Amino acid sequence: MKFFKRLMCTARRKSPWLFHMNSGSCNGCDIEIVAALSPRYDAEQLGVRLEGSPRHADILVVTGPVTQKAAGAVKTVYDQVCGPKAVVAIGSCPATTNVFIDSRTLVGPLDKHLPVDVYVPGCPPRPDAIIAGVAKAAAILADRELNGPDAGPATPAAPRPPLGMTDEKGSPDVAEVRQ
Amino acid sequence: MNLLTALARMLIFPGLLFAVPAAWFFLWIERMAVARMQQRVGPPFMQPFWDFVKLLGKSTPPRPGIAGFILRAWPLIAVSSAAGAVGLLPVLPSSGGFEGDLILLLALLELPSICIIAAGFSSRSLFGEIGSAREAALSVSYNIVFLLAIVSIAASQHTFRLEALAAMHPSFLTALGIAAILVCLPAKLHINPFSLPNAEQEIYAGPMTEYAGPELAMWELAHGLEWVAGTGLVATLVAPHIAISSWMGAWLAGCIFVALAFGIVLLLSVLAAATARLAIDSSVRFYWQATLIFAILAISSALFMRFRS
Repeated sequence: MKFFKRLMCTARRKSPWLFHMNSGSCNGCDIEIVAALSPRYDAEQLGVRLEGSPRHADILVVTGPVTQKAAGAVKTVYDQVCGPKAVVAIGSCPATTNVFIDSRTLVGPLDKHLPVDVYVPGCPPRPDAIIAGVAKAAAILADRELNGPDAGPATPAAPRPPLGMTDEKGSPDVAEVRQ
Repeated sequence: MNLLTALARMLIFPGLLFAVPAAWFFLWIERMAVARMQQRVGPPFMQPFWDFVKLLGKSTPPRPGIAGFILRAWPLIAVSSAAGAVGLLPVLPSSGGFEGDLILLLALLELPSICIIAAGFSSRSLFGEIGSAREAALSVSYNIVFLLAIVSIAASQHTFRLEALAAMHPSFLTALGIAAILVCLPAKLHINPFSLPNAEQEIYAGPMTEYAGPELAMWELAHGLEWVAGTGLVATLVAPHIAISSWMGAWLAGCIFVALAFGIVLLLSVLAAATARLAIDSSVRFYWQATLIFAILAISSALFMRFRS
């Protein structure tokens, strides 16, 4: 039994499949996500695959401050991802709503709507930071396999970076990759 | 003894014990070829295995009622028929017992694509239905050529028995037939330039859009087994006939089979990496206009030679 658990833990760590969701981003972070899969950064070495359907994904990668129109869609897509799942917030927008703070068209930041596991700060973050964030989310999924059933509370509450600060090096769940 | 060898063929070589790791290996080659063509390092060797294990451990959305049951059944039917097709391949001559013939092999090879069509429609997803409609249109066009090519080979050898076909002597006609089968394989395996049915990002994941977890793992495995069966069919037709009297001969036949299948996988993967996806009308036109002529040429010459002899 323990063998199967360890096997599943390794598999979770080695095969993170992403679904990319734009919640009103300026497209800067989306371009960087694509760059992370390009020949220069080659995220496929870690088993990362960008999936077309949220049903296939393990990790929901969200960009953008959550706009009023996108809020419902973000929740729907999160529910469509089958468990165990993790959420990675790419860029400063989903973490803090960034320069759009106090806008009346926003209902962000993201963690008002979803339990976020990893924040990747930056405007936009570098592709290697995104890859580090995804690897960290995959490690979190593997950890949950070993230490606790995924039936419990879906995600531990991740410390959110304080508003206005985009580079939180000390925070435990922020991908610690130099900008 | 007959039962034992038949079981060994179904379960060990070229059956399940060989076919499942070979399926993962061919899936890895497929991804690796794309990576190398794009000057990337590519996925690790065990990647398809890890993907499979991970998918087995994921939850699936609730699928109540008979519709849900049918939805869950399609990938299982696809996997079992593809595995059966691999088990039937005449790599090693059997010593009597159940051999199966070409017609059964073709039916088993065709079943996964029918399952994909049915799965897309029964998932009730818009994208699944679009993918299934594309798969159906594609299947109608490439299967004409595929079946004509195989029938022309069978007609030239006067038999539907698989072992006799595996032992045939190469001729211009069989070469033409094998080339036609090779042209059809990318469409049968849904790889570029004929990756329309599961066009990723374009129609989400096509017929597989609603599948998750273990069901998706079964689809991936079925895809890998289709690789093994499709390339294995060509490999057995191409392979030189070796009179097997000892273990050495059997080993040699097995090694030649694996090497040939590997070469064909490499060829198709490089083709897939080098080409872009064709639109549905171009794909259908390609098979109906460009390749049908060769298939008709092959079958008419086969029939002509048959009447002459």
